[in-house]
Amino acid sequence: MKTEESYLEEVTASEYKYGFYTNIEADKVPPGLSEEVIRIISAKKQEPEWMTEWRLDAYRKFQKMTEPKWPNVTYPEPDLQAISYYSAPKKKKELESLDEVDPELLDTFKKLGISLEEQKRLTGVAMDVVVDSVSVKTTFKEKLGELGIIFCSMSEAIQDHPELVKKYLGTVVPKTDNFYAALNSAVFTDGSFCYIPKGVRCPMELSTYFRINEAGTGQFERTLVIADESSYVSYLEGCTAPMRDENQLHAAVVELVALDDAEIKYSTVQNWYPGDKDGKGGVYNFVTKRGMCERNAKISWTQVETGSAVTWKYPSCILKGENSVGEFYSVAVTNNYQQADTGTKMIHLGKNTKSTIISKGICAGHSNGSYRGLVKIGPRAENARNFSQCDSLLMGNGCGSHTFPYIETQNKSAKIEHEATTSKIGEDQIFYCNQRGIGEEEAIALIVNGYCKDVLNQLPMEFAVEAQKLLAISLEGSVG
Amino acid sequence: MLKINNLQAEIEGKSILKGIDLEVKPGEVHAIMGPNGSGKSTLSSVIAGREEYEVTGGNIDFEGEDLLDLGADERAHKGIFLSFQYPVEIPGVTVTNFIKTAINETRKARGQETMPANVMLKMMREKMSLLEIDNAFLSRSLNEGFSGGEKKRNEIFQMAMLEPKLAILDETDSGLDIDALRIVANGVNKLKSKNNAVIVITHYQRLLEHIVPDYVHVLYKGKIVKSGTKDLALELEAKGYDWLKEGVEA
Repeated sequence: MKTEESYLEEVTASEYKYGFYTNIEADKVPPGLSEEVIRIISAKKQEPEWMTEWRLDAYRKFQKMTEPKWPNVTYPEPDLQAISYYSAPKKKKELESLDEVDPELLDTFKKLGISLEEQKRLTGVAMDVVVDSVSVKTTFKEKLGELGIIFCSMSEAIQDHPELVKKYLGTVVPKTDNFYAALNSAVFTDGSFCYIPKGVRCPMELSTYFRINEAGTGQFERTLVIADESSYVSYLEGCTAPMRDENQLHAAVVELVALDDAEIKYSTVQNWYPGDKDGKGGVYNFVTKRGMCERNAKISWTQVETGSAVTWKYPSCILKGENSVGEFYSVAVTNNYQQADTGTKMIHLGKNTKSTIISKGICAGHSNGSYRGLVKIGPRAENARNFSQCDSLLMGNGCGSHTFPYIETQNKSAKIEHEATTSKIGEDQIFYCNQRGIGEEEAIALIVNGYCKDVLNQLPMEFAVEAQKLLAISLEGSVG
Repeated sequence: MLKINNLQAEIEGKSILKGIDLEVKPGEVHAIMGPNGSGKSTLSSVIAGREEYEVTGGNIDFEGEDLLDLGADERAHKGIFLSFQYPVEIPGVTVTNFIKTAINETRKARGQETMPANVMLKMMREKMSLLEIDNAFLSRSLNEGFSGGEKKRNEIFQMAMLEPKLAILDETDSGLDIDALRIVANGVNKLKSKNNAVIVITHYQRLLEHIVPDYVHVLYKGKIVKSGTKDLALELEAKGYDWLKEGVEA
């Protein structure tokens, strides 16, 4: 298997070969979107013909699609021709230890109370760090390899495991699923790939940290996790982004495939740059995440969303197989001028399928948060069950919280429960905490963490700690 | 310890406290009584530093420092504790977690190390047995679904854990049955020392049978209209407040 470095070298050295731009930095494609750009990306990544064609097919379909207008968010439409669709980090000397990873990146981790070293040493988390579009570091690969687990970048998977990629890519989120999923299919540059063989229980949490690195570049991650029959994997995805003054587009696609009796736990902490206090800048986070459950399979999504200027995101489960289970646990925080329209879709197709939705929205400042969820029971889904709980917590008087639950049932045996509450962090609660010696910021952190407990409890321990800190940081100064 | 001088306060432009004078020394128990709306709870809120109330005159001196310059949390760090008449619920935050945070934030503010978990646990056990609190209590969400008695007991439990210099008990007896009242009063009495002081705010004499005050003050229309010893409470019980009101309004 090629090392990342030699791969990078090939990528950057292959510039001239395709007669493309000699007077710009070797590793960045100029802004613009066209068939030619897609061919260049595919060529830079030395992809096989079928992959290039797959991308081009997606692009042609994309051209006939329009940006969705139904989410409860407003923003100036991003100029897709102004985005550079490929940017690989400049080649640096060989990385021999984690200490050589970009210090700024390590610094961000440290601010969150987690360093790569610490994670590696204390928790044995294998991480595939994605800086901009190309993976620069993959650890623990060998150990996982012994079990037959494949955990690598999507680029590598296309090279080394084309049969798996061909078989599953685009099967859960079709190319034409929506505008941004189609765009992603055409231009995705990298992402993570994971395959757990039959009967294998992945012994460690698999983790990927994403970060948008360079100003003016969009990021189009593509993640594919396949859990073969009777296997189990817990996958963690965390995002941090440094301050940027202009909007950046992030349009990822995540596909999960849980075959018979398999279980996938997918946890996300999303902390992209939310823009400043006046709503200037920040990341557009338009993500499509979906999982397919075969017989007796289970997919559990847990997300803590604190970042991004504008978010729309609905991690969903298609409960195709009998007795399959889908879960969605979400905390979505908006502050200042952030907007989020997020929720889930639980599509019950098989008999005795079950789903649980726990959504906790927190709105502060002038922000707007919406829960949008669909529970659909198909005609053959006998005895399907769903429980949904959607709570909103408001801080101050300038924010808005909305709930859009959709229920479509085509089978009379379905049981669906929906509970919703809206509450406000009261001055009473803050004063009570103050009186016991707990300052305002601490008090808010305490109250908010209590409110989110049901969701935070779903996260792996070390992630839960990071998430708690993030919640506190995101809401700093939002009361009083 | 506490010296209140001509304290005046209002809320939303409405004057509530109209010149309160009160001095509390270490080791003393003061009772403040008075009819509804006389300003009892306002007084406790203003001492604790609730921001909704605007202090329009006078000052509050606590151990040589002007309390009015401090935020509510800073006053707590100085050793002022208010047992709430209506303790608030904080869902998802356990009693243990809340007390742990309160103690450690207070210690941090005082420049002390955080309290080791085993020391805290031992202390919790002691105070729990003092207040006849069950172990399961600790892992419940703070005040959520608590009965009136449990809420009050929880307040006194926190007081026991935080070991304040000055404790203000705002209508701690309301909502308590006889047994709970006895347990709570017993707890307060055991926590009393020559170094700390207690202000008991109440409508009724019944709590004062258990927590015996050194001084009793009657608050009416934002002023202390009469002060005396515990006998004054008995007199009020027998005669009501009307005879005092007449004196003020005349």
